[in-house]
Amino acid sequence: MKKILLSAPIIFFLLTLGFLYRGLENDPKHLPSALIGKNIPTFELRTLDAENVLTQEQLLGQPFLLNVWATWCYACRIEHPMLVELSKRGVKIIGLNYKDKESLAGDWLDDKGDPYIFSIFDPDGKLGFDLGVYGAPETYLVDAYGIIMHKRVGVLDERIWQNEFKDKYYALENAIK
Amino acid sequence: MIAEIGQISLILALCTCVLMLITPILYTQFQNGIWLRLSRPLAVNHLLLILTSFICLTVCFLIDDFSVRYVAQNSNTLLPLVYKVSAVWGAHEGSLLLWMLVLGGWTAGVAFLGSKISAKFRSHMLSVLAIISLGFLLFLIFTSNPFERILPIAPEEGGDLNPLLQDFGLIIHPPLLYMGYVGLAVPFAFAIAVLISGTMEKEYIAWCRPWINIAWAFLTAGITLGSWWAYYELGWGGWWFWDPVENASLMPWLIATALMHSSSVTEKKGTIVTWTILLSIAAFSLSLLGTFLVRSGVLTSVHAFATDPERGVFLLVMLALFVGGSLFLFAFKGHKLASNQNANGWTRELLLVINNMLLVSMTIIVLIGTLYPLVSDILNLGKISVGPPYFDFFFVPTTVALAIFMGMSASSRWSTSNLSESMKRVILPLVICLISSIFVVFAIEAFSRNYSFSWSALITFIAVLWIFLTLIEDIHLKLRTKMVGVIKNKSFLGMTVAHCGLAILILGVGLSSAYSTQEDLRMKPGSSTYISGYRFNFRELNEIEGPNYSASQGVFDIYVGDNLRGSVAPEKRRYFSGRDVMTEAGIRTNLLKDIYISLGEPINNNEWSVRLYVKPMVRFIWIGGFLIAVGGIIASFNRRKS
Repeated sequence: MKKILLSAPIIFFLLTLGFLYRGLENDPKHLPSALIGKNIPTFELRTLDAENVLTQEQLLGQPFLLNVWATWCYACRIEHPMLVELSKRGVKIIGLNYKDKESLAGDWLDDKGDPYIFSIFDPDGKLGFDLGVYGAPETYLVDAYGIIMHKRVGVLDERIWQNEFKDKYYALENAIK
Repeated sequence: MIAEIGQISLILALCTCVLMLITPILYTQFQNGIWLRLSRPLAVNHLLLILTSFICLTVCFLIDDFSVRYVAQNSNTLLPLVYKVSAVWGAHEGSLLLWMLVLGGWTAGVAFLGSKISAKFRSHMLSVLAIISLGFLLFLIFTSNPFERILPIAPEEGGDLNPLLQDFGLIIHPPLLYMGYVGLAVPFAFAIAVLISGTMEKEYIAWCRPWINIAWAFLTAGITLGSWWAYYELGWGGWWFWDPVENASLMPWLIATALMHSSSVTEKKGTIVTWTILLSIAAFSLSLLGTFLVRSGVLTSVHAFATDPERGVFLLVMLALFVGGSLFLFAFKGHKLASNQNANGWTRELLLVINNMLLVSMTIIVLIGTLYPLVSDILNLGKISVGPPYFDFFFVPTTVALAIFMGMSASSRWSTSNLSESMKRVILPLVICLISSIFVVFAIEAFSRNYSFSWSALITFIAVLWIFLTLIEDIHLKLRTKMVGVIKNKSFLGMTVAHCGLAILILGVGLSSAYSTQEDLRMKPGSSTYISGYRFNFRELNEIEGPNYSASQGVFDIYVGDNLRGSVAPEKRRYFSGRDVMTEAGIRTNLLKDIYISLGEPINNNEWSVRLYVKPMVRFIWIGGFLIAVGGIIASFNRRKS
């Protein structure tokens, strides 16, 4: 009996180790989304500070970045100035306010500037779940027909914008002109 | 040339490790004491070689040798001198070198301060420390070499040290934290040596306890400082964010706290020996896990360290070997360790075991919260993020329970079980604490227009007063029964200081969260606003120049009625190299209350978003933290009767 008890730590550790190993393979920052090349999931949610219900239909017509953010998200604070900068450059960004409180989210945008055309309010994480959000922040590139073209987990900075998003975004924008 | 000397020193240190590692084997083979005596000079050699390497890297920074890649990435000619030195440990490679330096120091310490333990036992411990050092030196040399050159053409100018890190906090935060993290390698090595020998002498655990205390005290100080630094440097007004990297330091701290308490039981009563050994292994294992989580990029964190899959795999292999190996050893040899029978009933041992259960539960809560996103992702249970609400939900009740049992333990005795006596002793403190807490909370509501009744404040007052009053009752009883000797005992003194520190910490956490006011506003120069009894006047906006940045600086005057109480000047800094913008919060403080202002973004027409906080008692969090660390240091100077 005592021997079994003494073996418990090693068994627990090996289990953890297995997860850590798998975690290493699925490095979240490079995790390819199963949704790439597919339509954004259907949803019925309202936007922050507005009562009207929004569906995926209303996102269509132009390419945009879909940025998952929340006020509890520590890294989003770091990312935010970059989003503000991008919106100044004319990049269209739609926010997905993920598992957040509306009042806090409103304060956040008043405080830091609002780079979003609008933010979808997703307090229960429904759309986030369907999108396969790992953790905020995440950024998706979506084309004019609502098809997800690219996904990035983690902070979007100038380098990542230049390397992963910029060319694709402007190509999509030119395509609809 | 200097970089090459540093590189060669590292390789020589690696060779020393191999020798240190095999001395016990050679001793067993040849039965010649010379092999055991060799371990001391080897440990010194090991330390000096790593120190040389560390100094070489520092010199590379001081002379702006941008042909060294690490220097070019983290420093430039404009960087103030003091930050050139602290930049040595400002990024992955250099911080690992610091890690190694600290390990070298602890190893040399064990080699020379180990006179109470047998030479053979010491050489086993040194051998374990050498394996750890070997693993990390290989990691350093093969995946994270700080001395790598950029050849053939070196850049003219370097990048910059992350502006977040250009601060006094960074100069001492990592060294303190590493002293703690790595110091836990000593009880780890101790546990392995005990498992190998199959017995634990009472003198040995008595010898080990100060090491645990000191490592724990450094860890406490490091975490406290990190929290303070995050508070004034990040500009978000918070002091703890449940970020994976913070959690990585909290887990070994919680286990080390449990270990301090369990080792006292093991020393005094010779019980729970196996448990103490397990905690010793667990504490350092969690240090290693923390290193892995932070350095491998498995979890997303704001502490944006470079991630590299090769490093992750290397670290995971090390983690598997060290932790897996020691836990296997524990599973196979643990039953050999003899324990005395536990005394039954309401004894101090029992209370300390409860303390251990609570601390281990807290660790598991943090571990689950940190790893859950990873696990649920892999098991396809859905992608779930864990945030502060989860941690708060579990930590508040466990902390309150911890405080309750802490008070009970002050009135308990070793071995003798007498519940009714303990209960009699705590009745008076309990009654005083309940009545005065209720009185204070309602008095605050009645006499201050700014604060309303708060349940969390009430619970905080009860918990804090309970800890203080039971301590006072215990000291009073000891004075009355002429047990002055116990009070003069450094172990008792250290415990008292640390417990008071925890009470003050709880007071700070509880009251600052209950009574803080926060406003996010648009303000322009000349405008005023009223918050929590203060009038804030945004007097002017200046453009100022620092050594390697320019900044917008807002000057705010703080009034109570018409009396000027002071000014603060938060800044928004733009660093020349890179395009980083940093917020420098303006803080005005007295002991009881912080006024905290940070500048947000310029909005339009001279208007800025401004965040104003009035945070009562927030200083108590760090004062409490440092007192806890001081308590640990005091207790480690306890002289034991031999």
